[in-house]
Amino acid sequence: MDWLYALMPIAGVEIFWPGLIILGLGVGMIGGFFGMGGGWMVTPGLNILGFPMAFAIGTDIAQMAGPALISTARHTRFGNVDYKLGLIMVAGTVGGFEAGAQLIMWLERMGKVDFYVRATYLVLLTLIAWLVFTDVSRKMRKDREARAAGKALDKLSTGIEWHKRLHNIRIPPVVHFQRAGIRCSAWLPISVSFLTGLLAGVMGIGGGLIRMPALIYLIGCPTHLAVGTDLFEVAISGLYGAASYSYKGRTELMAAVIMLMGASVGAQIGSVATKYVKGYGIRIFFGFAVVGCAVSIVFKLIAAASPVLRAFFDKAATVLILGLVTSLSLYIFTRFLLGVREELAAKRMYRASV
Amino acid sequence: MLTRSTRLRQLGILLLLIPTQLLAAAGKAEAIVIVADSRSFTGWKAWWTNLYNESHFLFALATIVIIPTLGVILGTLTGLLLSRIGIDLRSRELAEH
Repeated sequence: MDWLYALMPIAGVEIFWPGLIILGLGVGMIGGFFGMGGGWMVTPGLNILGFPMAFAIGTDIAQMAGPALISTARHTRFGNVDYKLGLIMVAGTVGGFEAGAQLIMWLERMGKVDFYVRATYLVLLTLIAWLVFTDVSRKMRKDREARAAGKALDKLSTGIEWHKRLHNIRIPPVVHFQRAGIRCSAWLPISVSFLTGLLAGVMGIGGGLIRMPALIYLIGCPTHLAVGTDLFEVAISGLYGAASYSYKGRTELMAAVIMLMGASVGAQIGSVATKYVKGYGIRIFFGFAVVGCAVSIVFKLIAAASPVLRAFFDKAATVLILGLVTSLSLYIFTRFLLGVREELAAKRMYRASV
Repeated sequence: MLTRSTRLRQLGILLLLIPTQLLAAAGKAEAIVIVADSRSFTGWKAWWTNLYNESHFLFALATIVIIPTLGVILGTLTGLLLSRIGIDLRSRELAEH
């Protein structure tokens, strides 16, 4: 079975290459569906397959741009990308990310910061999960009340409406984002993207996990628009990250290319699956992904605090992340298959009736 | 018990020492160099490892050209395959949050 293992030229380790394709497939699907790069899922996966941590991070970021570009192109066809909003946010994201990276380097030189970074990450994820599930429960309550009053359900209503207050702060220049249907001060997306970029830089992540909910709850994007626009950002930051990590000599291109074979298929499946799922369906499962990520960080914190329990909780965190990737991928793939079946059946019926 | 002036003096020394510590740490981090072992490879793999060892700039340039190009090619092929199945890949109803 030697043919199932490939020697990586840069990292110098033998890797089970079908594992890379499967990992790419899963992450492509999740990324295309939720609008994120999925660094928090890929890095432990690559590490398990045998990559040293330094190469796992760089390789993950290097391959990220490929599926993100594929998904962005597909979401553009569906009308899910607001390029004007995306470009304005890129400026804030890059500025914030650099500031965050500088901050973390300074903190690292000062001493051990791992614990504080993980703890902040945990607080942030808890906040996002709370936000998502509070929003969903409020939206359900609104729908229930509308049904009880015999009124028609408002498809555009949302549970949490913080963005409406933020839109009222009209500091010039005020910009109209046609595709997203938003009119607000340009400073709103710039400051939100700077903040999410700063946090991403400090946490050492791509930022999709933070930016996607920020686009929904702070800027007021519809869910599908948030997914598409965030993927555009992921593609750009992925390219920047690929250049940066490759220049530092921390990427294994061969692994990235093998992953890309799975990710290109996964990205298309994930993007197309959003056609068949309502915005709130995406939000709910995004919330579950955030909860899973938060629990894995709790495991990592326990492992770091207790040398006796380290081995167990390190493994538990990795198993949890990979389990999450598997279950989310299966969910997305099932929704894709069901949606395709319905669409094809509807087309057949239409053709038969004509 | 330390007097107030002693505490202030100690704080001053600490503040003076911090930049030195930071510079020292930065120096160590920059000194790490990873070299790929190209002896066990032939053909394109040997060329690739040599490129990595000789110039990280060219290595980075090649990476950021190969990844998006390959991504677009593979994505287009997958798109063609999906459209052959009969899925509408050009539109979706966008009427809810």
